[in-house]
Amino acid sequence: MTQSGFVIDRDRPLEIGEKDAAATDGRPVELEIGVGEREVRKALRRQIARLERESSAIVANGFPHISPAAAEMPEVCGGEVGGGPCLLTLAELERLRDRLAGHTQNLRRLAAERVEHERRARELLDGMKLEPGRYKFVRLPVRDLGEGGCGVWHVRPRLGLIGMLAGWWHVKLSSGCPLPEGPRVRAAPVSLSRCPTSESA
Amino acid sequence: MSSDPPPDLPLNPDSSPRPDSSSPARDRSRSRAELDTPELELGWRERELEQELPELRLVAVQVRVARPGSLTGRSPAGIEHRLHELSNRFRGARAVAVRREPVPAAYRVFFRHIGLDPDVVRTPIEAMALERMLRGGFLPGGMLEDVLLIALMDTGVPVWALDSETVNGPLGIRSSGEGEPLGRSAGATPLPAGRLVVADASAALAVLFGELAAGHEAKASTSRLTLFAIQVAGVPSLYVEEALWMSRAALEQP
Repeated sequence: MTQSGFVIDRDRPLEIGEKDAAATDGRPVELEIGVGEREVRKALRRQIARLERESSAIVANGFPHISPAAAEMPEVCGGEVGGGPCLLTLAELERLRDRLAGHTQNLRRLAAERVEHERRARELLDGMKLEPGRYKFVRLPVRDLGEGGCGVWHVRPRLGLIGMLAGWWHVKLSSGCPLPEGPRVRAAPVSLSRCPTSESA
Repeated sequence: MSSDPPPDLPLNPDSSPRPDSSSPARDRSRSRAELDTPELELGWRERELEQELPELRLVAVQVRVARPGSLTGRSPAGIEHRLHELSNRFRGARAVAVRREPVPAAYRVFFRHIGLDPDVVRTPIEAMALERMLRGGFLPGGMLEDVLLIALMDTGVPVWALDSETVNGPLGIRSSGEGEPLGRSAGATPLPAGRLVVADASAALAVLFGELAAGHEAKASTSRLTLFAIQVAGVPSLYVEEALWMSRAALEQP
């Protein structure tokens, strides 16, 4: 397997078998092939473990831009989707390893795209700060820079209309996420007529 | 606790054979071993499993419930308070990062090894993390459930409970036979061949990391429980023992 730099020595069981076939009646050969296959399965499990750890790390580092939901793959037990836990055969392990390798490759690509996106956003922000007049009314969310929160870098005219006419532009960072309860409710004037009077009480 | 695991403590497996109380057709290892602490028992494994997944282990402990009240009823104030604390400690950032922590990551890898996709069939701790995010906290769900949840969130190791009255002999892990029922009840679900199950001497009692067989779960009035945890490669024995001890201590406290 080339994607993650692993190589499986598929010929190894045959080599063991060949060596023993010359000396014995064939029964030990089967045993040795079994042992060799087990070694291959062990190697495949190691590769699967490494790929799984890598894909988990990419998802954890890239969340929420790289979603774990993008990583779902069908289960492989007995070739049926939705199967339960079982011991996987050599072929099933190979299929799983290949699918996981493809999936990890896909995640790596998404992560690389994200890094590139953030790099371009940082360049844009640098440009906005250097020459705000060239980026009139451009808005750049801080999420695009890989930062958390709801802030937005915004090129706006200084002093409103005056700045717009005079060509005075600057970059402002609007900060803060909207309040979860929505806009503040203004207190309505209390209607005195609804208040119970001392007489009615 | 799950952020930085200490070096593994060996489980001291004793390979002495146990009495043959199961069907002779199954080729399984007869090893039943005592751990460092005598109350914890190391479960047996089918020989093929032992060779293929040598670090897979089942560890069990017997518990005599001493807490007053029902196991499915409301937890004592101390347990509910602990759940509340855990809810406050466990936030969104950790819910995402939990898959990178050593113990949960080991279970994710093991899920892959047994043909489960941990992004579809979630590992126990990730399933609980998702619940926490969706429900806004670890809501109390009955004393036993709460105790097992606390152990899971503190150690990363899932613990299951069976009614000891329904368990026949020591627990172990093996593959199911074609059409073998899950549990001993009349309407038990038949299993396909090769499904990994937790079994006693005569029946499959739970699917590995899955559902418990009907009729074998702890009931409200159960007085004796068999708690078991599954240890996989990369999970230190200390964590498994701690999860079982925590659960046991919480249930045996009068």
